[in-house]
Amino acid sequence: MATQDIIARSATTTPMPQVRQPGEVAKLIDTSKCIGCKACQVACSEWNELRDEVGSNAGTYDNPNDLSAESWTLMRFAEYENPDSGNLEWLIRKDGCMHCAEPGCLAACPSPGAIVKYANGIVDFNQDKCIGCGYCITGCPFDIPRISQKDKKAYKCTLCSDRVAVGLEPACVKTCPTGAIVFGSKEDMQVHAAERIVDLKERGFANAGLYDPDGVGGTHVMYVLHHADQPSLYAGLPDAPAISPLVSLWKGVAKPLALLAMGATVLAGFFHYVRVGPNRVDEEEDPGEPTVHTVDPSVHVVDPNKQP
Amino acid sequence: MKHEIQRYTPSERSNHWAVAILFFLAGLSGLALFHPALFWLSSLFGGGVWTRILHPLLGVAMFVLFLIMAIRFAGHNRLNANDRQWLGQMGDVLNNREERLPEVGRYNAGQKLLFWVLVLCMLVLLASGIVIWREYFGQLFGVGLIRLAAVAHALAAFVLVTSIIVHIYAAIWVKGSVDAMLTGKVSRAWARKHHPGWFKEIGRK
Repeated sequence: MATQDIIARSATTTPMPQVRQPGEVAKLIDTSKCIGCKACQVACSEWNELRDEVGSNAGTYDNPNDLSAESWTLMRFAEYENPDSGNLEWLIRKDGCMHCAEPGCLAACPSPGAIVKYANGIVDFNQDKCIGCGYCITGCPFDIPRISQKDKKAYKCTLCSDRVAVGLEPACVKTCPTGAIVFGSKEDMQVHAAERIVDLKERGFANAGLYDPDGVGGTHVMYVLHHADQPSLYAGLPDAPAISPLVSLWKGVAKPLALLAMGATVLAGFFHYVRVGPNRVDEEEDPGEPTVHTVDPSVHVVDPNKQP
Repeated sequence: MKHEIQRYTPSERSNHWAVAILFFLAGLSGLALFHPALFWLSSLFGGGVWTRILHPLLGVAMFVLFLIMAIRFAGHNRLNANDRQWLGQMGDVLNNREERLPEVGRYNAGQKLLFWVLVLCMLVLLASGIVIWREYFGQLFGVGLIRLAAVAHALAAFVLVTSIIVHIYAAIWVKGSVDAMLTGKVSRAWARKHHPGWFKEIGRK
């Protein structure tokens, strides 16, 4: 994507380009339509040329067990016994980067330009500038980025920024056989979600709703949930995600103030030296050893101040 | 100026300056990651990735050598009643009116306080540094603890750097101090003026 579309950049304190106003995009994942086929995971691996190591079964349908530097999206399976209906519900959520409007990873990153946010809402990592510190993981409210053990660089879903830049939909969207994943302008996706929610409510899911959490300024990956009142049912999707207050303190106003205080301490020292001056020992006044003062008898000490 | 009293042995001096050199290296590499305005400091270490690799190693080396130094000097840094009074007369301290201050021993209250602040900072930096050392310890801790450690690390680093600025300035301000740590020797007049209690003590030996 063009550099004039980079509207936010990690470890940068001056304004980034703001003049262009392209529309925001969004991916909408409808959990009520997902059948858990994992075609999106395969498409992601194919398009992004990723081949994760084959792991082992940990007793769930999740495969692999977790996101990794080489698995940027993952179907997470949760079994939920609905107390109202008595039904066993299989809640399947495609996990991956949410592309927050206020990205915690970008706020935490210390390397200028290693994380960028594009005007269309995509949050992308520039691995050539990544220093491998893992602060993005510390900043992320969704536990998404992963450091590769091969190169110590952070990776996550790019929302197929390379495809989107040339007018294509992300690979996972293209491959989804049930239409559970759709892609378009954020506005259109919200309209589409609203239609889906009306449908779900008619089918008995009274709490169906859209997951586009305000705590991170909204996201560019949104979910339609049957139980939008309890997002955590979906394999621990955060109920109210936000950048942690600790991260805001760590990366917010505290550090410029600390820099100012350190600079002020240096200046205070300098001006103390200028005004008060150094603390010197007058070696001339040193009476020396507190021993017997020997005087040459031929020398007569004359002190005009001394009264005879 | 006759420098005849031994204040620091060659081992103590080497220990101090090794810690000082490592402090500058760990400090500058840490400041590079502290705020974007100082990221250029990473160039001194061969770029951002090298800064990330080297900073924790430099920090651990600094901690180990500091620990040895702290054990050497801890006995001289116990605070007493005189020290409380000394700290209460900061105006006299800052205006070079030493004759009004209570008798100072081997170290004055400011030096002792600095010593304990450094000990505390070093302990916090080591503990929090291990928690945020992603390369080796990333899998061991939960994100809540890592966030807390990141804040604690930055805060302890700030207190440490500010304290060392004061320490360095005090050495420039009180003439003869830098020489004492470089050559190990101080003059009798220096010892009598700045550390009369210590001067008497060594006179008795």
